Amino acid sequence: MVERVTTLMTDPKKIRNIGIVAHIDHGKTTLSDNLLAGAGMISKELAGRQLFMDSDEEEQQRGITIDSSNVSMVHTYNDEDYLINLIDTPGHVDFGGDVTRAMRAVDGAVVVVDAVEGTMPQTETVLRQALREHVKPVLFINKVDRLINELQVDAQEMQVRLGKLIDHVNKLIKNMNEEKFKAGWRVDAANGTVAFGSALYNWAISVPMMQKTGISFKDVYDYCKAEDMKVLAEKCPLHESVLDMVIRYLPNPIEAQNDRVNVIWHGDGSSVIGKSMAEADADGDLAFMVTDISMDPHAGEVATGRLFSGSFYRGLEVYTSGTAKKSRVQQVGIFMGPERLEVERIPAGNIAAVTGLKEAFVGSTVTTLDGMIPFESIRHVSEPVVTVAVEAKHTKDLPKLVEVLRQVAKEDPTLQITLDEETGEHLMAGMGELHLEVIGHRIERDKNVEITTSQPIVVYRETIKKKTDPVEGKSPNRHNRFYIYVEPLDDATVELVKSGDISMRMPELERREKLMAVGMDKDQAKKIAGIYGSNIFIDMTKGIQYLNETMELVLDGFEEVMKAGPLSREPVANVKCVLVDAKLHEDAIHRGPAQIIPASRQAIQASLLMAEDSLLEPYQKVFIQVPQLNMGGATKELQGRRGLILNMTTEGDLALIESRVPVAELFGFAGEIRSATEGRAMWSTEFGGFEIVPTSIMVEIVAQIRERKGLKKELPKPSDFVGI
Amino acid sequence: MLTFIGLGLFDEHDISLKGLEAVRAADLVYAEFYTSCLMGTTPEKMEKLYGKEVHLLSREDVEQQPDWLEEAKTKNVVFLTGGDTMVSTTHVDLRLRAKKLDIETRLIHGASITSAVSGLTGLQNYRFGKSVSIPHPYESKRGVLVITETPYDTLKQNSELGLHTLVFLDIDKDKGYMTVNRALELLLEVEKRRGEGVMTHAVAVGIARAGSKQPVVKADYAEELQNFDFGEALHILVIPGKLHFLEAEALVELAGGPVAILEEAD
Ligand SMILES: Nc1nc2c(ncn2[C@@H]2O[C@H](COP(=O)(O)OP(=O)(O)OP(=O)(O)O)[C@@H](O)[C@H]2O)c(=O)[nH]1
Ligand SMILES: [Mg+2]
Repeated sequence: MVERVTTLMTDPKKIRNIGIVAHIDHGKTTLSDNLLAGAGMISKELAGRQLFMDSDEEEQQRGITIDSSNVSMVHTYNDEDYLINLIDTPGHVDFGGDVTRAMRAVDGAVVVVDAVEGTMPQTETVLRQALREHVKPVLFINKVDRLINELQVDAQEMQVRLGKLIDHVNKLIKNMNEEKFKAGWRVDAANGTVAFGSALYNWAISVPMMQKTGISFKDVYDYCKAEDMKVLAEKCPLHESVLDMVIRYLPNPIEAQNDRVNVIWHGDGSSVIGKSMAEADADGDLAFMVTDISMDPHAGEVATGRLFSGSFYRGLEVYTSGTAKKSRVQQVGIFMGPERLEVERIPAGNIAAVTGLKEAFVGSTVTTLDGMIPFESIRHVSEPVVTVAVEAKHTKDLPKLVEVLRQVAKEDPTLQITLDEETGEHLMAGMGELHLEVIGHRIERDKNVEITTSQPIVVYRETIKKKTDPVEGKSPNRHNRFYIYVEPLDDATVELVKSGDISMRMPELERREKLMAVGMDKDQAKKIAGIYGSNIFIDMTKGIQYLNETMELVLDGFEEVMKAGPLSREPVANVKCVLVDAKLHEDAIHRGPAQIIPASRQAIQASLLMAEDSLLEPYQKVFIQVPQLNMGGATKELQGRRGLILNMTTEGDLALIESRVPVAELFGFAGEIRSATEGRAMWSTEFGGFEIVPTSIMVEIVAQIRERKGLKKELPKPSDFVGI
Repeated sequence: MLTFIGLGLFDEHDISLKGLEAVRAADLVYAEFYTSCLMGTTPEKMEKLYGKEVHLLSREDVEQQPDWLEEAKTKNVVFLTGGDTMVSTTHVDLRLRAKKLDIETRLIHGASITSAVSGLTGLQNYRFGKSVSIPHPYESKRGVLVITETPYDTLKQNSELGLHTLVFLDIDKDKGYMTVNRALELLLEVEKRRGEGVMTHAVAVGIARAGSKQPVVKADYAEELQNFDFGEALHILVIPGKLHFLEAEALVELAGGPVAILEEAD
């Protein structure tokens, strides 16, 4: 097997890099396990019910996937061997960051949908993530056995249901990326890009598979009905149907990179490195994107990711984006089954796992080309909404805790670790309560630091309501002055910034055109000097001497304020800062960081306060399925939490409620909804964006935040920051 | 009454007799050493010599909240600085603020690095153009290393007029004293970027510890001088423009400069 794997990895045409994505519990891990077993990479006993790939204690206990797993397998299709690198991703929203990252590493995705539940909110999210990265989807409809045995649908209704489900998935694809949809990314049973079956009972069927085996739709139905799925699993094995589909319809790395490189990298496509990536040239400069970092008890820190160009081998000297330090590659490995297999050399097109990249964190670009434009950062759809303060139980562990927090942040970019300067507390912000709970456990279990964590607190944002006149910010030595105004950034531009469709890395012209397309003036669009979070900084000055070399300092001031706004020191969102004039001292010594950063910072802080700085609070979308009998309890529970019911439908005796609730009101929801509905509600959540906090409660919330952060309780005034 | 006193170049003994008398007669003694400082002494040694307590002022105390100025309305206050007084613009600013508060001011001068440099190098004072400072490079939060090009621009302007340039080197609380070596390295880096020839084959003169018993003065081509060991701070740098033959001779004889520059002088 080792030889087959190492031979295949050098032939990109024989490689498929795929991700398994779905809504929570739709059967991704069961599928992945059985694919591994079917391909002979793990024993049949290991796979299946026991969920071999959810090997972590925490995953076993909670019955969900928390971390993505990388595995590989060899499958023979039309008498030829193929190497399939597969990433099983988690479905719970709190771990959605893993899906986003995995989509950077792969070229194709098997979208799994539960035949009974149909497409769910998270199905939509993962599909969107895949399409954004130009990752091609195929569809696997799972749990068909439940359709027949639990819902007792007849053969005809089953066909109708499956047809509807496929239509719905196609509608989603079309809405998300019409171009790709037209170019053949539609999923279609007749074309073979859809398979359906039962991951649990290890069978699957598709149109090509029906032709190959002579098993008809009717036969499938009958076998299931007769509870004879063992026979079905022998006749149409899950792994054969699904892996045939993967090999036949998902692109190999060369085809994929040719299409994907300009989406995930904004450098010059006609440059040597640009071409080398588009062709997956193993002899080109190295271009590697880290999508996962984990600790191996023996090898230490392992960086896994996608190798787009060049080859990895031991001893190679590489640069890591964002630092000037070089590092030296130690072990290089690929996956064989669930194991990491050390090899001599890994060529472009593979998912590689290497050690020795000391400077790398998740999202880093690693390259041998000095000054290479890094890959676009991997943007996760949701933002941290809750935070906890973390403390070491024993003071002696404090230095270790600092180190451990640095490590967990490196491994999980959806986690934000900050040190609150005023209180000296370490704050850990994440996607949800579960996310933080899991990280907390791991700090204790894997890193051996006993900690205490505070009650979770909501992460707010600051934003403004109106435009101001230019405000003057002076440097402490009074020799430098900046005139800056702020105004709310419109939704379309915010969307462009947040999605990463524009960045400071892309050529100015391309960025300008995208901004103008959503309505920004040309004058402004070509003067973007900085982007931070969902905020932008525009330099509208003309021909001011020395401003060029001072701009980085001005932008540092901008970033400082965007990280922590003047009202409550919460991150700032959706703001446009415009520099209209500046006066600078001619000698560089009088316009150093100690002078310029405060001048820029204070001008922005004051103008934000003049622009009616307000608080935004995060919302979750809450989806509830509940018997109609218990519906009253559920809606009451939502309304008691400032929740807004968006939609209510019924299906049979079930009510489906779609609502939006502020995160601040959701703590303890799990327990309350259980008792309010006699434990009969099934519910899931999804990130629901931000909304301005009602004025009636804002002052109080701000005061609470300020008190917690050790700031003076009175609300700040513009004159606290600049002389007026 | 507020008396500004320049302390001279190197240690507590560089103060003028007039200055010393004024300090001894003062009610309150303030000093600031962030714009320039005396390497050969300590505040304790000064206090011993003056027989007075010296209050050190931070940048904030001088530039933002000079509350202590108020004292001079009723008391005899002296304000000490390294070098000559009023060389730094912030001192002029202080004097203006004092005037606004109706405080009478007086200046007592000290030796200044500007004249010392002329003396040590033999470069004539009237042939200097605009001076300039080289700050430490700054790495921004986005990992961009900013190396200012302003000194290069000034050098260019001066050299077009054939004038010498005095280059002050950064004194930074955190990043330390900039050396002649680092300053030259930075100038050559900008030369690489700009390629306008200002630093190509340029002569430079480094001076260390002016005013001390063992000052070091060394002239050479910038590429070479970059590797010369000047020893401890403070350093200062001159990039000469066109050399008068007497100046060239001084650089060769007094600063060990390369003999070839004699040919280029007029
Ligand atoms: N009846 C039936 N149950 C299935 C099938 N596939 C998976 N399941 C069950 O569905 C549950 C969830 O399966 P997983 O494989 O953990 O689902 P997942 O998508 O990996 O879940 P997360 O990773 O937590 O999002 C388990 O109890 C499985 O046994 C199937 O084809 N039929
Ligand atoms: Mg799973």
